[in-house]
Amino acid sequence: MGGPIVELRDVVKAYGVTRAVDHLSLEIRQGEFFSILGPSGSGKTTLLRLLAGFERPDRGEVWIEGRLMQEVPPNLRPVNLVFQHYALFPHLTVFGNVAFGLEMRGVSRHEIVSRVAAALEMVRLTGKQERTPTQLSGGEQQRVALARALVNRPAVVLLDEPLGALDQQLRQEMQVELKGIQERVGLTFICVTHHQGEALTMSDRVAVMDQGRALQVGSPREVYDRPASTFVANFIGISNFLTGSVDSVHGARCTIRVPNLPEIVARHRGGIGEGGRVSLALRPERLHLSREADLNGFDNAVPARVAKAIYGGHEMQYQLRLSDDVLWTARVPNDGTVERRFALDETVFVRWNADEGAILVE
Amino acid sequence: MPDWLLAPTLLWMGVFFFAPLFLMLIISFASRGTYGGIEWTLSFANYRALADTLYLQIYFRSLVFATITTALCLLLGFPLAYHIARAPARWQGVWLILVMIPFWTNFLVRTYAWIFILRTEGLLNTVVMGLGLRQDPIEILYTDAAVLIGLVYGYLPFMVLPLYAAIERLDVSVVEAAWDLYASGWSVFWRVVLPLVKPGVIAGCLLVFIPSLGAFITPDLLGGARSMMVGNLIQHEYLVIRDWPFGSAVAFVLMGMVMLGVVGYLKLSGRKM
Repeated sequence: MGGPIVELRDVVKAYGVTRAVDHLSLEIRQGEFFSILGPSGSGKTTLLRLLAGFERPDRGEVWIEGRLMQEVPPNLRPVNLVFQHYALFPHLTVFGNVAFGLEMRGVSRHEIVSRVAAALEMVRLTGKQERTPTQLSGGEQQRVALARALVNRPAVVLLDEPLGALDQQLRQEMQVELKGIQERVGLTFICVTHHQGEALTMSDRVAVMDQGRALQVGSPREVYDRPASTFVANFIGISNFLTGSVDSVHGARCTIRVPNLPEIVARHRGGIGEGGRVSLALRPERLHLSREADLNGFDNAVPARVAKAIYGGHEMQYQLRLSDDVLWTARVPNDGTVERRFALDETVFVRWNADEGAILVE
Repeated sequence: MPDWLLAPTLLWMGVFFFAPLFLMLIISFASRGTYGGIEWTLSFANYRALADTLYLQIYFRSLVFATITTALCLLLGFPLAYHIARAPARWQGVWLILVMIPFWTNFLVRTYAWIFILRTEGLLNTVVMGLGLRQDPIEILYTDAAVLIGLVYGYLPFMVLPLYAAIERLDVSVVEAAWDLYASGWSVFWRVVLPLVKPGVIAGCLLVFIPSLGAFITPDLLGGARSMMVGNLIQHEYLVIRDWPFGSAVAFVLMGMVMLGVVGYLKLSGRKM
């Protein structure tokens, strides 16, 4: 991985009064798999279209490979987009689709044939060259769209919800495969998705976007374990929050006072002071449930009432009422032991380590 | 749908279309009576008479007019249809109504209106000379140009509507994909847009070519004595000279030409009938 291959500097793009992209600055490095994660309407597709050249920024600059892209139309940019619904040419065969970009750039017939064959082998579609898009399954169409971009060896491959139209199982297979392909070809991938699992599995770095802004940029582990805000925490799948005030700070640890609950011990990463308001975010799968009130090596043990118990096959999902206004979810692996099953309205103790939560400064 | 629902249509077509057509075919082998009636003979005299240079010229001119009309309609209609199909949904309706408004008025009346526009003291010359663009009037009425203007005017909507339907179905992201894959505007059009809207182009061309080949009101009103088209010839034979057998023969040769032309065109554009 090297220096930045794509740079956005203070980019603004508005449609009417809504700012789809709002003073966004990003740097994407050579050879990385970069995902832009956000809900629909967060501006992530607009961002992709700004990079592809279909939209022009109202303000700010887009740089690709050290060139300012302001006046450069899509056909002259060193990027290729894999469209959300593939946008394959229905009147051309698989070969014709994949060869299109090379033909437009005047590559010799001989070279086209060998490069298309190599690209199709890469996506495991050898032998389907003469099919038309309608004769292919959804997964195969997706591979053709990918091959059609890869064959040109662009500086950046842009992917718009690449796995969005596939069914669950295929989706998980393709996540791994897509990452594998990216590593093999060594190209920079920028992928837009609203699916957090997808982004975390495939990416070297993730940007979480909302309302046209990048809320957090970092490795999947950083974003997952240390969300920078409540929105990021929520979006990345954390459903359990506690809001309170800082009671005391000792080194890396602090205690938080929450109304109607025992004092909570948490690990912080600076930026807090005594009396300040903070939120604690906790993942449902990091909670341990017990009938015993003792800490048993954990830092926290908070009583709660089981409000709902949902059987989910490989795990049990419990909704727990900690106080009148705090409802949490806990996920417990279904290991078949009877002592880990709790009944409705039963009082349980939720235990966790201080290291598990993320402190968010309000 | 049950097959018997076809019966009324078949009956209608049989009685009012195929039977008269068959009658005409028989008449085309008969000959004209002294007072304009039909003498039931069986001869190829009418068809042989058509081989005359005079008639061949009329057929040829009709073909040329119809071809130019179709080409002009396609050239003018495509940008218009594209614009309508890519306009916001609420504007599409407005544009389509504007395209169809001429149909609300009688075709004959609309063609007369062109006389008022094109004649020496007409609207066109009033404006052109009023602006000082020319000293003497443009003499355009009763020329081939006036016929072409009238034909293009009359049949343009038949080109625009099928083109619109085809372009409207065209997936924008497919066009963008071509652009993204290094195609220039020109290549995007030839390599992706045109192949995908071809059915609309074919339908539009047939809908314009066939009626303009047999047109007779437009050349009759806007054309000069030398602008006669097949349609005028048929009308003339039937209604003026009252030579129904010869008129029928002219009409059947026209029909044959259209059928050959259409089959050839569809073959060329790679479509099955």
